[in-house]
Amino acid sequence: MGGVHPEENKISTNAVIEKFPVPAQMTVLMNQHLGAPATPIVAKGDKVKVGQLIGEAQAFMCANVHSPVSGTVKDITAVKDPFGMMKPAIVIDVEGDEWMETIDRTPDIKRECNLDSKEVIAKLKEMGIVGLGGATFPAHIKYAVPEGKKAEYLIINAVECEPYLTSDHRVMLEHAEEICIGIDILRGALNVPHAYIGIENNKPEPIAHMQKVAAQFGGRLIVEPLKVKYPQGAEKQLINAITGRCVPSGKLPIDVGCVVSNVGTTFAVYEAIQKNKPLIENILTVTGKKLPSQHNYQVRIGTTYSDIIKHSIGELPATTGKVISGGPMMGKAMCNLDAPTVKGASSVLVIDEGEAVRAQESNCIRCGKCMMACPMGLEPYLFSALVRNDRFEEAGANNILDCIECGCCFFSCPANKPLLDEIRLGKNKMRAILAAKKK
Amino acid sequence: MKLLNVSGSPHVHSDESTKKIMWRVNLALVPALLVAIAYFGLNALLVSIVSVAACVLFQWLIEKFIMKQPTTNIWDGSAVITGLLLAFNVPATCEMVWIVAIGALVAIGIGKMSFGGLGKNPFNPALVGRVFMLISFPVQMTTWPVPAAKAFSFSADAVTGATPLGILKEGGAEALPQAWELIVGHMGGSMGEVSALAILIGAIYLLIRKVITWHIPVAFIGTAFLMSLICGACGMAPEGVNAGYYAVQQILMGGIMLGACFMATDMVTSPMSKSGQLIFGVGCGLLTIIIRNWGSYPEGVSFAILLMNAVTPLINRGFKPKRFAK
Repeated sequence: MGGVHPEENKISTNAVIEKFPVPAQMTVLMNQHLGAPATPIVAKGDKVKVGQLIGEAQAFMCANVHSPVSGTVKDITAVKDPFGMMKPAIVIDVEGDEWMETIDRTPDIKRECNLDSKEVIAKLKEMGIVGLGGATFPAHIKYAVPEGKKAEYLIINAVECEPYLTSDHRVMLEHAEEICIGIDILRGALNVPHAYIGIENNKPEPIAHMQKVAAQFGGRLIVEPLKVKYPQGAEKQLINAITGRCVPSGKLPIDVGCVVSNVGTTFAVYEAIQKNKPLIENILTVTGKKLPSQHNYQVRIGTTYSDIIKHSIGELPATTGKVISGGPMMGKAMCNLDAPTVKGASSVLVIDEGEAVRAQESNCIRCGKCMMACPMGLEPYLFSALVRNDRFEEAGANNILDCIECGCCFFSCPANKPLLDEIRLGKNKMRAILAAKKK
Repeated sequence: MKLLNVSGSPHVHSDESTKKIMWRVNLALVPALLVAIAYFGLNALLVSIVSVAACVLFQWLIEKFIMKQPTTNIWDGSAVITGLLLAFNVPATCEMVWIVAIGALVAIGIGKMSFGGLGKNPFNPALVGRVFMLISFPVQMTTWPVPAAKAFSFSADAVTGATPLGILKEGGAEALPQAWELIVGHMGGSMGEVSALAILIGAIYLLIRKVITWHIPVAFIGTAFLMSLICGACGMAPEGVNAGYYAVQQILMGGIMLGACFMATDMVTSPMSKSGQLIFGVGCGLLTIIIRNWGSYPEGVSFAILLMNAVTPLINRGFKPKRFAK
């Protein structure tokens, strides 16, 4: 149900993943994940190596942070993130590129894994693995299935339904074997018989390649080509497409026996478990219609966006209107390009002036396109009217909190109403009302 | 340094606009307009031009001097739709030229702008204008020129005759149009409603361009057909006409085709959800046949749609789209 077909614009598909050079200075944010920030465990002047633990997860919902470079800790401070929010951070002056001895840097692929479920989860925690699909949910919490619940399906999200983004596409072409080993390890940790890899039909190359590699895993890994429709990669929609199950309102995937991970995460899992390498690098797409060149990079997490732009394209085109972290449907527009990348960063998307400015809003003509586009079967037009009139509880009664913020409503609105802005406002107000009622 | 734009997602748009939707509807009305001109001559063209011009002019005047702010782009085509539909709902006689201008003022002024302009009106503006004219100018509004009697002339004394629905209401069967005349619309009636074929061509275009969905037209026409079939079987058909043919006559004569395809489907005044649209269509069909058979007017499409417009907010409340995982 619902969904839209935005222009795919996957123009960086053929750009092979390049190693991004290590910059002269690194800023490592302490909260790169969903939950509480990690606590710095190094002091000013300390020498650190690549892969050394520098931020420790002390809260429950938290993830370890490792140094992506070697050098001297210059400062422990707070810096502005790409969206202008102050975040605790460790600044490191880079000296050489000296890695921790525990990390296996050989190019060989290590296939055997003898760890049991508990050991895998402990390792995920130690290596600071978080979900790389966008939500950056700490992996060791996701894979520790709570008492009384049972995992039946492991689903790997390789849909990449967002326009422009190609990092998952590239990683599947270039690291299929590592990914499949990573998936098999997670499958074993969950103790489920099969893992399903969902890929949209518009990526025939990765589908064919992954099918070929997955075939070596004795039928445990199944590649599922999926219909092309945004948001096919949204968690609830993906689970529904693969298992036919529906995650009810307010419930989690595990409530219907599913665990979903992004394909990029599984590559990080392989490196963490088999190579002892913490999550210090990720794959980032640099793309935009007006850019002189398109890139996919393996970047040390903590490289600033301005460094990435400078190295890849020199400077932003004069007609740049917007720079987005993530895809054009759900990504966030950045206001501070001097900020460092974080674990969940998947792209630098440069949008031209013409597309960057919203068209003038006009009256709702009640065409119902927002409703037809909504993958959750909600009524965005109604939320818009209710929120504008401060009727938040009524919006709540119409299930505003079920909204997954995919943006299909605003995308398809002929009157250019900022439907998702209003829904976000309504959701925040509704959450505040619910929290106040609980007290 | 140039500042970057920052806004919430999504950052791309489908390129769909109100203006595009409205002009598509106008384009879909062109076949029926051409048929009207072919059958009723230049009178039809003149009435259409006056009606459209008056609607656009009144909207512009009201925005400029009363509301003191534009509600929509005047060229977004919505006033043109109202103008065309208003013209389609009147007989193509030359005295309609000035009456339709008054109708346009009521349609745009009361039907649309008094509620705040496009998107805010609870009732279909063209039907508000039409019903006003029907009640205020009953004689002129029911003097029907006979097709092609005086094609391509501005003659004041064009041959007039009753509409087939009027004949049916009086119980006469012999003067009714032939089957082929029903399909191509060679019969008396409002200028835009006569040709089912021309209307269907426009409706199919709108379906393909996804401006409308099938729910309202199918529910409307289907209900009217079924109910006429029942009425026909219960002896309400004129002598010598079987129930099936009577039901076909009922949906092809009068305004059901035009109403079901172009007026009941007006997105502003019809329900949002598919289930709601089905209810709306069924309601329109039932009310139309009830008014035709038991009301004092021979035709009931306008009243039926306006009545269903009135309950649309209620339908929207009761008939929600199917939610995920429900």
